[in-house]
Amino acid sequence: MTGTWDIKRYFGAGLLVLAAWWLVYQGLSPFAKWVTYSLFSLSPGTHLTSALEFFLYEAPKVLLLLTLVVFVVGVVRSFFTPERARGFLAGKREFAGNGIAALLGTVTPFCSCSAVPLFIGFVTAGVPLGVTFSFLISAPMVNEVALVLLFGLFGWKIAAIYLGTGLAIAMASGWAIGRMGMEKYVEEWVFAPPEAGDGAMPEEQGMPWEMRLRLGLDAVRDIVGKVWPYLLAGIAVGAGIHGYVPENFMASVMGSGAWWSVPLAVLLGIPLYSNAAGIIPIVQALLGKGAALGTALAFMMSVIGLSLPEMVILRKVLKTRLIATFAGVVGVGILIVGCLFNLVM
Amino acid sequence: MKIEILGTGCPKCRQMAEVVRKAVEKSGKDAAISKVEDIREIMKWKVMATPALAIDDEVKIAGRVPTVEEVTSLLTP
Repeated sequence: MTGTWDIKRYFGAGLLVLAAWWLVYQGLSPFAKWVTYSLFSLSPGTHLTSALEFFLYEAPKVLLLLTLVVFVVGVVRSFFTPERARGFLAGKREFAGNGIAALLGTVTPFCSCSAVPLFIGFVTAGVPLGVTFSFLISAPMVNEVALVLLFGLFGWKIAAIYLGTGLAIAMASGWAIGRMGMEKYVEEWVFAPPEAGDGAMPEEQGMPWEMRLRLGLDAVRDIVGKVWPYLLAGIAVGAGIHGYVPENFMASVMGSGAWWSVPLAVLLGIPLYSNAAGIIPIVQALLGKGAALGTALAFMMSVIGLSLPEMVILRKVLKTRLIATFAGVVGVGILIVGCLFNLVM
Repeated sequence: MKIEILGTGCPKCRQMAEVVRKAVEKSGKDAAISKVEDIREIMKWKVMATPALAIDDEVKIAGRVPTVEEVTSLLTP
């Protein structure tokens, strides 16, 4: 059977690659130290040393983590399609539906240019409006790049907090929008029965493993290929701040003492359309200098979750009032999370 | 043979157009490639993710960019 033989071969190759990955990962810290102290023979304790060691360790570490996770997520996503998500959600009750939608939003392949067909596909199949929004909110906001960076640069606790609160915002905002009865602010033509056309695609089933792995590699080339310059630039800026900006410099501007910092962070984040990769290393460096965690988290969520280009695309199917409500509700959700963290931590 | 590429003009849609062009060239088929960019026209195909590829009025691929080999094999069944 060539099929099982192939699977064994892929499995073996995968294990080898994973072992090599682990070895390189383990070697990063000694390598950064060796380059800094032996190769360049810099003395410990200076600004330059501290910045250089930070960069040499963090940049490859985050790139390695990112490659692995993006690949795994790419393969996992090959098991999910928007059609399958719709099948799960059609006719679901609101409360449970919002929860499932937020979860599916994180694993279903989605790009913001598909937001319109996805929206129409969902609502015309009887997925409630609020449940559809839970999906549309969680898909960009809870993303694997942000998760990896938070894990790599801050540790698992903050990554878990991001994941939990991101899902909670998607669920609660979708639920709230559903409660408001905004259906009349969807463009009328969306609900018009489609004319003729039965070219609908048959469900893609039994995709061979070879193709799933290829989709994983595609995702790596796509995402890591696009993101690495921002990532390096971000970590370089971060390294600079790490080495040169004095402790607690940010405390007065972004510290938890300033009540207006969270709303300001959310507002600033909306027009800024960046990927998580560029923003998180900077946020990390700011945090180290006394900025508050809630403020930083709110800023990041606003940048990646509320994007102006996506709102412009959605204008084709939603009236301005519904888009404004969507932005408002999600913004308030982020605000609450940010303020809560500043209070608690 | 009629080939339609459904997509609102995102980068992935352009990638797909390029892949399809190469596949048609490689297979030597006589095919008319057209792009469907209007969202209402796209929705008549009932796809939920773009870019999508329709060959002779039948959607074959949706939501991802295929390889040249994959499209070639779709063109020559």
